[in-house]
Amino acid sequence: MDVILLQLLNGLDKGSAYALIALGLTLIFGTLGVVNFAHGALFMIGAFSAVTVQKILSISFITLDPEKTNFLGKPLEIKTPYIVSWFGEGAGNAIIDWSVPLAILFAIPVMLIVGFVMERGLIKHFYKRPHADQILVTFGLAIVMQEIIRVFYGANPVPTPAPDFFRGSFDFGVWIGFSENAIIYPYWRLVYFIFSAIIISAVFSFLRFTTFGMVVRAGMSDRETVGLLGINIDKKFTIMFGIAAAVAGLAGVMYAPINSPNFHMGMDFLVLSFVVVVVGGMGSLPGAVLAGFLLGVLESFASMNEIKSIFPGIDQIIIYLVAIIILLVRPRGLMGKVGVAEE
Amino acid sequence: MAILEVRNVSKRFGGLQALDDVNLSVEENTIHAIIGPNGAGKSTLLNCFVGKLLPDEGSVLFDGRSLLGAKPHEINQMGVSRVFQTPEIFGDLTVFENVIIPCFAKRDGAFSLNAWKGVRHEVDMREKAEQMLIDVSMQDKKDMTASSLSRGDKRRLEMAMCLSQDPQLLLLDEPTAGMSRSDTNNTIDLLKEIQAKRAITMAVIEHDMHVVFSLAEKISVLAQGTVIVEDLPENIKGNLKVQEAYLGTTAA
Amino acid sequence: MFGNKNDTRLLLVVAIMVLLAPFILQPFGISTGMNQFNAGYPDLMQRFVIFGIFAIGFNILFGLTGYLSFGHAAFLGVGSYSAVWMFKLLSMSVIPAILLAVLISGVFALLIGYISLRRSGIYFSILTLAFAQMSYNLAYSVFTPITNGETGLQLSLKDPRILDAAGASGSLPSTYLISPNWLNGLEMRDTFRLQLGDWLFQFNTGYYLSAILMLLAFYVSVRIFRSPFGLMLRAVKTNQTRLNYTGVNTRPYTLAAFVISGMYAGLAGGLLASMDPLAGAERMQWTASGEVVIMAILGGAGTLIGPILGAGSIKYFENIFSKINENILHDWFAFLPDGLANGVVWIVSKFTGDGWHLTLGLLFMMVVIFLPGGLVEGGTRIWNFVTRKNRPSRSTDKTYAPKHKPAE
Repeated sequence: MDVILLQLLNGLDKGSAYALIALGLTLIFGTLGVVNFAHGALFMIGAFSAVTVQKILSISFITLDPEKTNFLGKPLEIKTPYIVSWFGEGAGNAIIDWSVPLAILFAIPVMLIVGFVMERGLIKHFYKRPHADQILVTFGLAIVMQEIIRVFYGANPVPTPAPDFFRGSFDFGVWIGFSENAIIYPYWRLVYFIFSAIIISAVFSFLRFTTFGMVVRAGMSDRETVGLLGINIDKKFTIMFGIAAAVAGLAGVMYAPINSPNFHMGMDFLVLSFVVVVVGGMGSLPGAVLAGFLLGVLESFASMNEIKSIFPGIDQIIIYLVAIIILLVRPRGLMGKVGVAEE
Repeated sequence: MAILEVRNVSKRFGGLQALDDVNLSVEENTIHAIIGPNGAGKSTLLNCFVGKLLPDEGSVLFDGRSLLGAKPHEINQMGVSRVFQTPEIFGDLTVFENVIIPCFAKRDGAFSLNAWKGVRHEVDMREKAEQMLIDVSMQDKKDMTASSLSRGDKRRLEMAMCLSQDPQLLLLDEPTAGMSRSDTNNTIDLLKEIQAKRAITMAVIEHDMHVVFSLAEKISVLAQGTVIVEDLPENIKGNLKVQEAYLGTTAA
Repeated sequence: MFGNKNDTRLLLVVAIMVLLAPFILQPFGISTGMNQFNAGYPDLMQRFVIFGIFAIGFNILFGLTGYLSFGHAAFLGVGSYSAVWMFKLLSMSVIPAILLAVLISGVFALLIGYISLRRSGIYFSILTLAFAQMSYNLAYSVFTPITNGETGLQLSLKDPRILDAAGASGSLPSTYLISPNWLNGLEMRDTFRLQLGDWLFQFNTGYYLSAILMLLAFYVSVRIFRSPFGLMLRAVKTNQTRLNYTGVNTRPYTLAAFVISGMYAGLAGGLLASMDPLAGAERMQWTASGEVVIMAILGGAGTLIGPILGAGSIKYFENIFSKINENILHDWFAFLPDGLANGVVWIVSKFTGDGWHLTLGLLFMMVVIFLPGGLVEGGTRIWNFVTRKNRPSRSTDKTYAPKHKPAE
């Protein structure tokens, strides 16, 4: 029982990331009818905005300590971040320590702008082109985005630690009545899950309870009619694209401490997120979220040694296998609307 | 002899009874029109003939064979061709290619890996396609891209594509929808000419009474999912039931 | 040859270009500074034609039917693995290796195609992508006994090689055409060098084998394009509904196109392994699938010559761009004032060397946005502009180039 629970928890963080990316993909596909192969790159840019914020906050000046010398016999160099010198030892270090959560504030405007520019500058011109063209141009864009990141940050993963407060793990099992050390769970993964849950609920409430959201939902089910009502749906869809970009970006920011960001992480997540969207049902938002968590957890179960000894390599292919079966047996996905899958 | 027999066909979508016990028979070598007000179930009925929809009950027999459960391409191979309400043509291909494809489909069946001999060496098929284009007087447009044709020409092309297969039964879904009066008249003449020349059975779904009465040899009137009258055109005109169905009130 | 002068002429031009490539690609003297732009090396020329085959095959599927596969690299990888196994088990002759590569990848394509083609549009793309990623992951993990996992499959001195192990010396053998004794072995790595003054021309056995196979592959693809079968495939792309109502079952047509293009990919993979007997899983990664998509689009999807042009230009620029490092750039921009030169070099260097992929991505976007018909369309437009012709050109490929659809 505790083993099962542990795997369930382990699947949640990846599942959260899948769910958030898939949510954005679905929003874009549902509203704009565009297949965005650059969505993974937005996730990656989010992760790198965490890296950027951490780097900016740690920019230091160098002072020499005349009393101490380094091993070469020269005066010892002391690096002091500007932040520390401005805000004092305690507050300054705390700010640097909390740079990943702080990066959220930085990432929201950045991702919104990236989203707007992308939609107005590129995607807009592809609404009426075939899906293949949309896939191709966003695929090209994804390559460009990841290569730009590589130019600035190099090819190696950049470790981006979470705040000290959340470092380490806790014994989750004891909380809920299991024996000690049965379920050890890192704090940050719990944070990530809660964070994702908040973002997902925020997006859903926004769509559910605001007029804006209502128009977007109407547009998702019947774009032409909404356009006929005299509502400027295009502008709303641009904003929607920005929001989808921001959701992917935020998913990336908070994911940075879980896996050190590298330039190709976007592509890795993209392929899986597409699979998630298809499993959930193209155009179904709850489907995307459900499928994201489901596949994350499934992947985690498949990587258990007990399972792997029966089906070797199953952890590597489980998600694809599920997707293939779903597409063949139930092409509209778990929660897709009837008729959506018919091209 | 009846070439198309529709017996007791019913189709229900959720709470809507789209077709309710429809009976219909199309005689060989006639033009049979199916008319009716909007929402009478004309298109649903047509879709039951071509394998797009499966009726809940009843049977559809073509030349004694059931069409139910057969796929569109199988039904076409049996000898049923269909003209759509908005012309379905191969927009990116030339007019000539549009017409030669059905010729190949007729000769080679549903699939053939005919990948070695060039289209330009298929002399028989080329001649057939050329002749067809002459028949519909489109030979001067044969190298044009189909999507650049006018709407009337697109429909004419679609008709040519269907006819080049020498179908036993041609289904036409509002063949003059959206056409100008002169185009409509041309189409009527074309259809009459074809019928005279090739002895083809046609089932026409139509809205335009002018077209119906100039073409049809027999008319079935569909209202609220069921055939209320099946008769000769001259008898339909004065039929009270028909007027009621169209106008919603008794004419009296 | 095709009963069509234009097609015959096109084939002849391609044949002459390919057979004379060692001269054409080596226009500069080896001691001049322009030597870096020469491309007449066996290794690079081999890649031109092998990826040409890959792209020609991909084009039969994507160019004709419009089905965008994002998993074609899987067939390339399968082809390579099959060929290397043939070298390990049977003999170092490339002929059985290539045959097996084509056969196995064809079977593989039949399986994947049968399932993937139940869906169309993006669903098809995602299905092929999923299958390719699955193959890639499996090649890295469970199938290690067959694929040798991360190290990749290589020859070893302990290989059984039942037909020609006898002559094995202490070193690893190299691939030859038919037998180690026929025509002095005719090894794939054999290169005849011809030096004329400052010019060095290299004639490599492996290149010529690949080139001849590419010409053959090209010939077959022209036949397919011009056949009723090819016409049906193009009809699939334009209007599947009409085709179904015309009595054609589209599934076997698309499946046949898928299998043929998978076999082309297998041939390319087998040739890659024949030139250099090793195979790794990275050949199956989806970025590799993306590369062949880019080649086809860049050259002009749906045109006959496009894929060859696309594969050639991408492999050429990849080679050139990757070689340009900061030192070379400093030489180039030495005429500028120092500060400015450094700035320019800094920017340009981001697009060269390791930055080649950035250039590739930008180039690809530009082509999709402004020139959906690729180089062939670009060439036609320039030709029409130069000759001031506004009427449709008589170029063979023109009728098959996708029409330019302006964005909104």
